[in-house]
Amino acid sequence: MEYEAVIGLETHVQLKTQSKMWCGCANTFGSPPNTNVCPVCLGMPGVLPVANEEALRLTVLTGLLLNCEIPARAKFDRKNYFYPDVAKNYQITQYDQPSTRGGHVDFEFQGGMARVRITRAHLEEDVGKNNHFDRNSGVDFNRAGVPLLEIVSEPDLTSADMAYEYLNALKDILVYGGISDCDMEKGMVRCDVNVSVRPKGGTGLGAKIEIKNMNSFSGVRRALTYEIPRQIEVLQGGGTLIQSTRRWDDAGGITEEMRTKEHAHDYRYFPEPDLMPFEPTPEWLAAVKSRMVELPLARKQRFMKTYELPAGDAEVFKNDVPLGHYFETAAQGAANPKAVANWVINNLRARLAETQAREIAEQESLGLERSDMTFTGLSDLKFPPQALRDLVGLVENQTLSSSAAQQVFVEMFETGKAPADIVQEKGLAQVSDTGALEALCDEAIAANPGPAADYRSGKLAALNRIKGHVMKLSQGKANPGLVGEILERKLRA
Amino acid sequence: MLNTLTISETTARLQRREISAREVLAACLDQVRRVDSKLHAFLALDEPDALAQAEAADKRIAAGEQGPLLGVPIALKDVIAVRHQRLSCGSRILENFVSPYDATVTGKLRAAGAVIFGRLNMDEFAMGSSTENSAFGPSRNPWDRERIPGGSSGGSAVAVAADQCIAALGSDTGGSIRQPAALCGCVGLKPTYGRVSRYGLVAYASSLDQIGPFAKRVRDAAVLLGAISGYDPKDSTSVAQPVPDYSAALTGSLRGLRLGLPREYFAAGGLDPQVKAAVDAAVDKLRELGAEPVEISLPHTDYAVATYYIIATAEASANLARFDGVRYGLRVDGKDPIELYGNTRGQGFGDEVKRRIILGTYVLSSGYYDAYYLRAQKVRTLIRRDFLKAFETVDAIVTPATPTVAFRLGEKSQDPLQMYLSDIFTLSCNLAGICGLSLPCGFTRSPKLPIGLQLLGRPFGEETLLRVAHTYEQATGWHVQKPALD
Ligand SMILES: [Zn+2]
Repeated sequence: MEYEAVIGLETHVQLKTQSKMWCGCANTFGSPPNTNVCPVCLGMPGVLPVANEEALRLTVLTGLLLNCEIPARAKFDRKNYFYPDVAKNYQITQYDQPSTRGGHVDFEFQGGMARVRITRAHLEEDVGKNNHFDRNSGVDFNRAGVPLLEIVSEPDLTSADMAYEYLNALKDILVYGGISDCDMEKGMVRCDVNVSVRPKGGTGLGAKIEIKNMNSFSGVRRALTYEIPRQIEVLQGGGTLIQSTRRWDDAGGITEEMRTKEHAHDYRYFPEPDLMPFEPTPEWLAAVKSRMVELPLARKQRFMKTYELPAGDAEVFKNDVPLGHYFETAAQGAANPKAVANWVINNLRARLAETQAREIAEQESLGLERSDMTFTGLSDLKFPPQALRDLVGLVENQTLSSSAAQQVFVEMFETGKAPADIVQEKGLAQVSDTGALEALCDEAIAANPGPAADYRSGKLAALNRIKGHVMKLSQGKANPGLVGEILERKLRA
Repeated sequence: MLNTLTISETTARLQRREISAREVLAACLDQVRRVDSKLHAFLALDEPDALAQAEAADKRIAAGEQGPLLGVPIALKDVIAVRHQRLSCGSRILENFVSPYDATVTGKLRAAGAVIFGRLNMDEFAMGSSTENSAFGPSRNPWDRERIPGGSSGGSAVAVAADQCIAALGSDTGGSIRQPAALCGCVGLKPTYGRVSRYGLVAYASSLDQIGPFAKRVRDAAVLLGAISGYDPKDSTSVAQPVPDYSAALTGSLRGLRLGLPREYFAAGGLDPQVKAAVDAAVDKLRELGAEPVEISLPHTDYAVATYYIIATAEASANLARFDGVRYGLRVDGKDPIELYGNTRGQGFGDEVKRRIILGTYVLSSGYYDAYYLRAQKVRTLIRRDFLKAFETVDAIVTPATPTVAFRLGEKSQDPLQMYLSDIFTLSCNLAGICGLSLPCGFTRSPKLPIGLQLLGRPFGEETLLRVAHTYEQATGWHVQKPALD
């Protein structure tokens, strides 16, 4: 029998707020243990939580970006369980009345489009981090109380690759919306996977198995690539699967059983009495709506349509939002946006990358940490985006040869001067004055009797030699097309 | 005998520079030294800190500052956080815990120039009606030291009744201010839920807890309530309702006021005849003073005890989960975290606290939640509706504060249900989120023990309660009677 996988994902994302969810402590990564803490996030006796308004806004904004419904009333609940990294031994979360529900994410998959339905995106608090030493353990509560969004998908995913692409699409949306930096290395995104298998084409669901402890999207893909065949093998071998929780061992590349259903936690959820239900007003919602951004996929499609860019270029601009924004500014009113895109991607981006590599090396040699370094970015450029459009225009109308255009670009990058001024100053305009070119051509033919004879006897390639001489005489400014025409006419005469 | 002064007498004499805050505090400290070995109202006392505060208050007075609490010694129940002072909540598990921060009410008292001194005894984590659940031994009723003072804020009631302080703060979750105030013969007020910030009050049942004043006079309760009330951005459940001048409400007139007498309360089994007689007499007095008593019905009264013990214990089971030996307080080690939790909580909590945690854990458990917690929430709504409906026709409700006067130490400690029933008249007020006040309305003959009258008011109707209480108090002499302490 053939089997298919049914996969749902729970994705936890740290929200990009200044302060924590319930207190004023900084929401930052990498501070020394227990330095971003206060009585509230340490769960001291008598303290009370106060909801971070921006976290509520970012949650609803996420809901809007994921096409969710925003219920008129949301509330917080306590999820009770004892664990040393949970300061209060309950986590404040949204159980049955989340801030958002019922949305979807569209994304590109295997050359087509795919859609995963979103059950809900709800707000909760992150917990601390247990650290184990040789003889004892400690808890770092810096992360405790950081606002955390849990995005729960419907079981609409059918393969490890599809899960991977969904996660990337989700991440793009969250980064676009300024919801989260989604920095995996800082633990800002964590995933739990629910996966079961069933006979292909079936409608029922097999025993749901949850996998925990993946800390990257590729980890999710690897875990599923291991787990799906494992489940199929069990069933094909005549075995049965039971609802359970498994742990992904990234080093070993396997999943291991943690607990089965009968040992499942009873979290004893109940409404958080320290917080009032949240009922967004129309004004509040309108303010959040005004922060909506174009979704990554829509942006890519728009770039392809509006500017007639190939998918590859549009993808570059989707992934690099500021670069895409720069392109759009530069391409305004351009006759050939595709050519502008080429300049932005091939020349500007490359030149910036080179500059930044040099700046990093310099600052490293001064002993600076990466986080303290400064580099040239798009906003530091000495020329405006319009200058790049002008440069492309000069090439398009044959004022500049492409090699001369490279020179102009270097000069623009260094000095910020306008392309036309550079062309003028350096005399880089193509010479298209036929009289002047005729004289140069005559001189070149005279200087190359051999190649001239070769051409006349039918070796057409010999023309390049003479053409090169003309270019040299003109210091690169001669219009190469025109030179070729004149030489051909003269040699055939 | 400056310790016997009321708040208004103290501030009047301080303003006239007849006395100093230092002298008032010294008188209180003397009284503590004289009587507290017998009464055990205090768990801790930081004299140097209190003296420094009194001196600071004297400087403010000397600089011409005036204020209704400036220089007044006020003691706090050991469940309200005061920075750098112990915050044990009457429990072994927090025996040596020192608060790193001030509760909002503490900050307000400091700003008002009150001299905050002493940590007052209580039932462990405010769970109890007698202070017998204090891990550090019970407090004793100043009228009869073989009897309980009530609870959970028993220490606060004793300290005020025995003139060990000028006034005190306690907390009330199901009657923990009104019941001990009634049993010790002082004034106790439970404000409307949301009137006073709970930030810094160690939570027992978050949706029921309120901090409130204990005082020797109704006027003092009004002054103290005004000082601690108000919206607090640190407490999302506090309400942005303007704080009136509560003293201005003490007009002395009851003309036109309708007072509801809930028949369910007066017909309750277990209501002591002497208590009933005193309350009936008080109703007559109120009528004489111009009020119009009318019988009303609060039909869901019978369900209050069950509802209360489901909701309060459910919330408590989560609120007390943080006391686990990991970050602060008592730690009794184990081979793994689970064993450490078990050892710490097993040794740190007393029986009643454990009983309520287990009960609360049970009612929230999967499969029981709907039958208990959810149903209790629905009944709670009905109880609140009963009151709101009653307040459409009456301005306040008058009931006995307790079914009996103070019982003997040990009399009910082996029978939790009997103990729970001593709060039947006070629980509903917290479930409904309304305000309540109790004040002396007489004494039993032999032994002579105080009887309390309870007034219940609309949400944010504290002014009416204070006005009725003050008018009654001024027309009677109960409040001037003092226990013989020697
Ligand atoms: Zn904090």
